[in-house]
Amino acid sequence: MVKKIKNLKEFSLSNDRFEGANLMCPGCSHNIIVREVLNATDDPVIVATATGCLEVCTAVYPKTSWDVSWIHIGFENAAVAAATVSAAYEVMKKKGKLPPATQKMVDEGREPKIVAFAGDGGTYDIGFQSLSGAFERGHNFMYVCLDNEVYANTGGQRSSSTPIGASTTTSPAGSVSYGEKMMKKSMVEIMADHGAPYVAQVSPSKWKDLVKKVQKGFEVYGPVYINAQSACTTEWKHAPEDTIEVSDLGVDSCVWPLYEIINERDEHGIIYSTKLNITYRPKTKIPVEEYLAAQPRFRHLFKPENRHIIDLWQKAVDARWEYLQKREEAGV
Amino acid sequence: MARDLKEIKDINEIKDLGWDELIPGAALFSFTEPVEDVAEVPMEERPYAPTNSHEWQVGDWRVEKPVYNRDLCIDCQFCWVFCPDMSILSRDKKMIGVIYEHCKGCGICVEVCPTNPKSLLMFPEHMDNDEALSMWPKKEEKDK
Repeated sequence: MVKKIKNLKEFSLSNDRFEGANLMCPGCSHNIIVREVLNATDDPVIVATATGCLEVCTAVYPKTSWDVSWIHIGFENAAVAAATVSAAYEVMKKKGKLPPATQKMVDEGREPKIVAFAGDGGTYDIGFQSLSGAFERGHNFMYVCLDNEVYANTGGQRSSSTPIGASTTTSPAGSVSYGEKMMKKSMVEIMADHGAPYVAQVSPSKWKDLVKKVQKGFEVYGPVYINAQSACTTEWKHAPEDTIEVSDLGVDSCVWPLYEIINERDEHGIIYSTKLNITYRPKTKIPVEEYLAAQPRFRHLFKPENRHIIDLWQKAVDARWEYLQKREEAGV
Repeated sequence: MARDLKEIKDINEIKDLGWDELIPGAALFSFTEPVEDVAEVPMEERPYAPTNSHEWQVGDWRVEKPVYNRDLCIDCQFCWVFCPDMSILSRDKKMIGVIYEHCKGCGICVEVCPTNPKSLLMFPEHMDNDEALSMWPKKEEKDK
């Protein structure tokens, strides 16, 4: 059943199923994303969380911050855990062996939603093969990547999501280096090419866009991938109160464009239609420089010898924005 | 020896227990009794177990606390949706206050508050809330 959320006041009637006094950093985006995802539905939710900040900070023995069914699984297999829950649920439903309370909810049209949360390390690098496998098999679940562009839990090592020029502990900026050398991997397109029915990119600062996309994802049958921008106060090194502002800068400079890709497949699994929609267009596209300036992890780029990296950033972002607009226009 | 959650009244009793002394296996329960539909039950009515982090507190992380001014608030709920720690208490579309046990003092609620002057402001932790309210700044005139 789709929960009706017309405006923020209606959304605020939700009862949180994610509890306070967890040990996430003050001002962490992960919490905001998890709240918005869980509050997007009133149906029962089953969550699998890969190792990462979210897992180690919300389940420190002897306490838990989850009021939904929750499982902690290894770094690499959050997608498999969610896929297995989904497969088990479908068999139990077919055989009529669901617990009475669950059966009652299913009869009311409130099917349990299965969600996997993982960081960018557990998605882009370590968890990629099991994620790819689960999407290829087409299980019915949602995978939310909390993308903070770094291994924040273990002390800030680079991941394949870290963008060019960022200073991390394994790609430090200094007299010989401007920091990370590689461009960011475009995970959204990679997951869309698996033929997933719904793939989207979201930011917690645009809460309505995020909730709408999550609700759409819950409605379709099949694997759904959501890539969520998660500003990290510890590793992006901005002040805790600036989390929402930094997220907004990312969206308004088109560094983090908000869009969705919808694939339609026939019964043989052949994709006959792919559609890309840009769901948010900034009124005025601000220069990437402003986004970079808000985060001390890019501070060294403003030295004269590293200025060319900022130009490169702007070029890359413009090219990508152009590419997305062309795809939307062509309907592919 | 495993302990029954219902017998534990004080969280300090379980603070220093080993992983096999509380509940066999690695399962931790959020509630002391089954809750069929958690999304329908407001926080005040949930039978929280001492192993639920809701019963614990992180308020001592703060050096500055957000103070809430009801007279200026327009109930836009921006602070509610962007609070990372579920610390803004909202009921029936109205903002009621801050849960100081769970607030880590990040200051996002103050940043996103749209009123002029803001209806949430950071004050030193030791200051009394009434004293903070008496020091509230006046409306700022915008330069044209």
